[in-house]
Amino acid sequence: MSTKLFGEPVQRREDPRLLTGQGRYVDDLGAGALEVAFVRSPHAHARIRDIDVSDALDVEGLVAIYTWEDLPTLLAQPLPLLIPHPALTHGRTAYPLARDVVRHVGEPVVMVVARDRYLAEDVCALIQVDYELLKPVVGVEEAAQSAQLVHEDVPDNVGAHLIQEVPSADGLDARELIETAPHTLTFRLDIERSASMPLEGRGVYARWDADDRSLRVYSSTQTSTSVRMAIAAKLGLPLPKVEVIAPDVGGGFGVKIVHPWPEEVLVPWAAMLLGHEVKWTEDRREHFVSSAHERAQVQFVRVGFDDDGRVLGLDVNILHDHGAYTPYGIIVPIITSTQLLGPYKIGAYRVEFSSIYTNTVQVTPYRGAGRPQGVFCMERTMDHIAEYLGADRTAVREINFIQPDEFPYDQGLIFQDGRPLIYDSGDYPESLRLLKELIGWDGFPALKAQAAAEGRRIGLGIGCYVEGTGVGPYEGGHVQITSDGRVHVSTGLTSQGQGHETVFAQIAAAELGVPMERVSVVTGDTRRFGYAVGTFASRAAVMSGNAIALACRKVREKALRIAAEALEADPRDLEIIDGEVRVVGSPGASIPLATVAVLSNPLRYAFDSETARATQFAGASSFDRPPVEAGEEPGLEGRDYYSPIRSTFASGMHAAIVETDSLTAEIRILRYAVVHDCGNLINPMIVEGQIHGGVAQGVGGALYERMVYDDHGQLLNASFMDFLMPYATEIPSIETAHLETPSPLNPLGIKGAGEAGVIPGSAVIASAIEDAEGIRIDKMPISPSELFDLRRAATG
Amino acid sequence: MKPPPFDYHAPRSLGEALDALAEAGEHGKVLAGGQSLIPMLNMRLAAPAHLVDINRLSELATLDVGPDGVRVGALARHAQVERSERVAAVQPLLREALRLVAHPVIRNRGTVVGSLAHADPAAELPAVLALLGGSVRLARPGVTRDVPAADFFVGPLESAVESGELAVSAFFPALLPRSGTAFREVARRHGDYALAGIAALVRLDDDLRITSATVACVSVGPVPVVVDVTAACGHRPPATADWASAAWAVQDRVDPETDIHATADYRRHLTGVLAEQALRDAAREATGA
Amino acid sequence: MHEITLTVNGMIRQVEVPGRRLLSDCLRHDLGLTGTHVGCEHGVCGCCTVLLDGEPVRSCLTFAVTVDGHDITTVEGLAARDGTMSPVQRAFGECHGLQCGFCTPGFLCTVTALLRENPAPTEQEVLEGISGNLCRCTGYQNIIKSVHRAAEIMAEERRADADSEQPGEEIV
Repeated sequence: MSTKLFGEPVQRREDPRLLTGQGRYVDDLGAGALEVAFVRSPHAHARIRDIDVSDALDVEGLVAIYTWEDLPTLLAQPLPLLIPHPALTHGRTAYPLARDVVRHVGEPVVMVVARDRYLAEDVCALIQVDYELLKPVVGVEEAAQSAQLVHEDVPDNVGAHLIQEVPSADGLDARELIETAPHTLTFRLDIERSASMPLEGRGVYARWDADDRSLRVYSSTQTSTSVRMAIAAKLGLPLPKVEVIAPDVGGGFGVKIVHPWPEEVLVPWAAMLLGHEVKWTEDRREHFVSSAHERAQVQFVRVGFDDDGRVLGLDVNILHDHGAYTPYGIIVPIITSTQLLGPYKIGAYRVEFSSIYTNTVQVTPYRGAGRPQGVFCMERTMDHIAEYLGADRTAVREINFIQPDEFPYDQGLIFQDGRPLIYDSGDYPESLRLLKELIGWDGFPALKAQAAAEGRRIGLGIGCYVEGTGVGPYEGGHVQITSDGRVHVSTGLTSQGQGHETVFAQIAAAELGVPMERVSVVTGDTRRFGYAVGTFASRAAVMSGNAIALACRKVREKALRIAAEALEADPRDLEIIDGEVRVVGSPGASIPLATVAVLSNPLRYAFDSETARATQFAGASSFDRPPVEAGEEPGLEGRDYYSPIRSTFASGMHAAIVETDSLTAEIRILRYAVVHDCGNLINPMIVEGQIHGGVAQGVGGALYERMVYDDHGQLLNASFMDFLMPYATEIPSIETAHLETPSPLNPLGIKGAGEAGVIPGSAVIASAIEDAEGIRIDKMPISPSELFDLRRAATG
Repeated sequence: MKPPPFDYHAPRSLGEALDALAEAGEHGKVLAGGQSLIPMLNMRLAAPAHLVDINRLSELATLDVGPDGVRVGALARHAQVERSERVAAVQPLLREALRLVAHPVIRNRGTVVGSLAHADPAAELPAVLALLGGSVRLARPGVTRDVPAADFFVGPLESAVESGELAVSAFFPALLPRSGTAFREVARRHGDYALAGIAALVRLDDDLRITSATVACVSVGPVPVVVDVTAACGHRPPATADWASAAWAVQDRVDPETDIHATADYRRHLTGVLAEQALRDAAREATGA
Repeated sequence: MHEITLTVNGMIRQVEVPGRRLLSDCLRHDLGLTGTHVGCEHGVCGCCTVLLDGEPVRSCLTFAVTVDGHDITTVEGLAARDGTMSPVQRAFGECHGLQCGFCTPGFLCTVTALLRENPAPTEQEVLEGISGNLCRCTGYQNIIKSVHRAAEIMAEERRADADSEQPGEEIV
């Protein structure tokens, strides 16, 4: 390797195009395409009696209007339930266009195709839908107790119910241990809805080639391979006739892993039917009411512990609001209930959740995907134990930590990948030590007293988490070195700003010993790589990174084999530096990878002097062996897959100092510190950026963002005016420190980093406000108005 | 989110604009900065048949600053007024309030008179006009009238501008000697509409005793709520004035509503807190003036 | 329909638009300048920010017909004619001030105008300057860093220009 690339803050190769307006997002494509708008339900729960389009037919520029009745058989079925689970006894998904009943505001009812979006919206405004109003079910507790049903055939609105029990080492269950524990606490926790809210909404653009009978679809998705399979299945097309490409994607954060969205099958269908390119670009209002939300849970916690704060038994009952449909199964509450334990070894654990239907937008993973709620639960529990015992909050955590010599550590649960939840590596005591140092934990009481003397209230909070990352089943990588010496890398998963083109090029360049400039990377294009799962669960670097490294190793081995023959050397004596294969120790003996690539592909036809060296009269080959030997393939390329035995577990700890205004109850974060361990870092600059972004979303979820539904199921704040995503003025400066505990599970020793920053946000801020105010903070997010109410309640 | 169709009018003179508006009557709407109107159009919450765009009327992009006050033309952008040193010298409250209006990029386009005509009780400028006792000049072909602030704000998003009329300018009286002003607000995010806000004006006599103290409250009623708290403060120097009583007096006068961002009680509480802070700030300014 | 003439990134462009055509759509779909992004269409996110006669404005809250005859600069027009990225663009790259890149054109336009007016802004002035632009990826920290870095690059370039002009003046 000529220059060190792995582990360096290499600048991003995505940036030049994104900085000059040359990025290509879905809506930047298809200049001549017809455009789509939808008539969406204005009601949370209603039966469609009639759809009258007669007023709309005169709009000039109208091309087509479709309702459920127009859909062909395959499309007229409910959309797929992506992740079935035995506990999801009553999974329900929506029809691409509502059939008879609409179950949330925003559900698509009529699809309109017109010359442009303005006209399509004009048409929508003229279509009359006659609804018979049904009673909406709103609020997870209300739904759990309601006689009113979201789906007529789902009793009690319960979609899924799951209990997991992990007994103690001596076989006692959590409830028994809590009964006999020296101390017990019982409390309730609440977290409200937020959403991924990428700045680019969803979008689909489809081109049907009638001559070739093939379809090309561009979608702003986190999984192009699976969208492709879904489209082929739903439109009855042979898979090889469908291509799906995720171009530049303006953020995902989870919402774009769901698929196929109604629009992802309807737009290509319309393009085929109309014989014209068709595009739909989601607007912000649509995104609020017709994509997905996350986070809302109510948790009932019972914990038993000893005099030192050691948790003997923990019993958590969760009500999870999954909205009107369950396309993504019950992944979110599964993650909450299994990642809840964090860095702690708990005597015995019992967790039960009910996943409940409500007449609201469906709930699917948003960055963190259930972990923020689990961490909120565990960390609130730790703080409450500390408060009860009058102990330091870090001391209580420390006594419960899994120790570095206890890895691999089996939590005894089944994780979201259907595999045992076994932590691979970590060093939690060291993380805590670093964090305490970074934030000045031990000096804080003096700081607080000083502030108090000035009439100011400040508080310090902490939150620890463990994050299962890099879930399977697999990803693949393909690497090809062409006869010009260029390295072409592709992988199937998609990118939404994580800098994959850069980090994968770093990995490939390091593995192959070529300059990074020679490496190009393509992601999310099924024309280049057809097998993939997708980008979610902080898995891209772990999964595709390792797959690409493995593919590079294959190519490297082949290159050395071919070069060894050409150089008449032993492959073991060769190294690749700067794109040249050299004999170690004899500087003159070398051959460029470009030439190796030429030699790897025996040719009949030459197209330049370089390739002439591989033609059949160029000599050199043995007449005893075929030009391509058994078991070999022409070309200097390799493909490999990485499929881990189970997830790898990153971890981290955050601390924050907040100030609460004694008069206005405004909450300001003064400092925010992060210690993060995601194993070996490929590009520290990018990891740091991921953490910053995650923390900002954590702060948003803790202090600003919530989806506010009224009793009628109307989302009251479906705009950026009232859904308060933080601006720069709301986000504190973030101080970070890294610990690198390599994962023993994969060749690169890496763990995922994408979601980490957001996970402990609500836990940390609640902890800090509680410290400042001396009032229990068990409900997040919290606004100044709510803090004001809590103060009044506390003072009676 | 695309605006519905409308007939677009681009008058080249004030006369043309007034004619176009008069003709459109109740179906017409004025487009100035568009920073409130266009979001409503994009969301199709408004659908005027005629839009009269006054952006070409440079004759309305005026700022007349005199000893009596500032007359702001209908096309003067927030940023233009905010940056004007002459305006700041005559009436510093304008700059202080303008810095709280949305974000700098919005202020590059939005107009002061447009904000007043929009009559949002959560906005800063209506409170400023109400506090200072300014007025808005309205015109229709051949008729011009000045409407004092007290009569201008009629209800939430409802002003005295009648259909066919154009708000051509607004007048903000100058700050008198021995007077001080201040603006305080609490918003969820920087630049958001305030949960509560106070514009305060304090005048002192030659002995530096309070002769008048007034506040205008934001976001706690259908229109800016002006409260005279002179009596509550007492005819005393600011250092010994009863600011707490003044704050109570303000709190008692407002009737906020609960919404998704804050309860009515909290807004009332904030109004009191901010009133006291703003009055103290204004008194400090007055003492130095 | 209205026939309008805009000077976009120094080029005179004529286009026919309905009165309701938003400037953002006109730039993106009529003129093919898709670097200007649309994130909310109600003026809050700032993705669509362009320079109108040098001043940053929301192109989603501006009708194309209103700015007939005016000068518009979009993200495509920030680099030098030879393609060299502007100091602001370079600084964002250097400081990792972007991730998905969707909000970036709005930030770049806003910051370009900010630094033109205030070449050495304080931390508070930077915050205020970018306070109307949402970013969902970066947590803003590296954006703030990028703004300071851009100011630094511009100062360096001004110094370099001044130095190179010095001998020239002597000759004259």
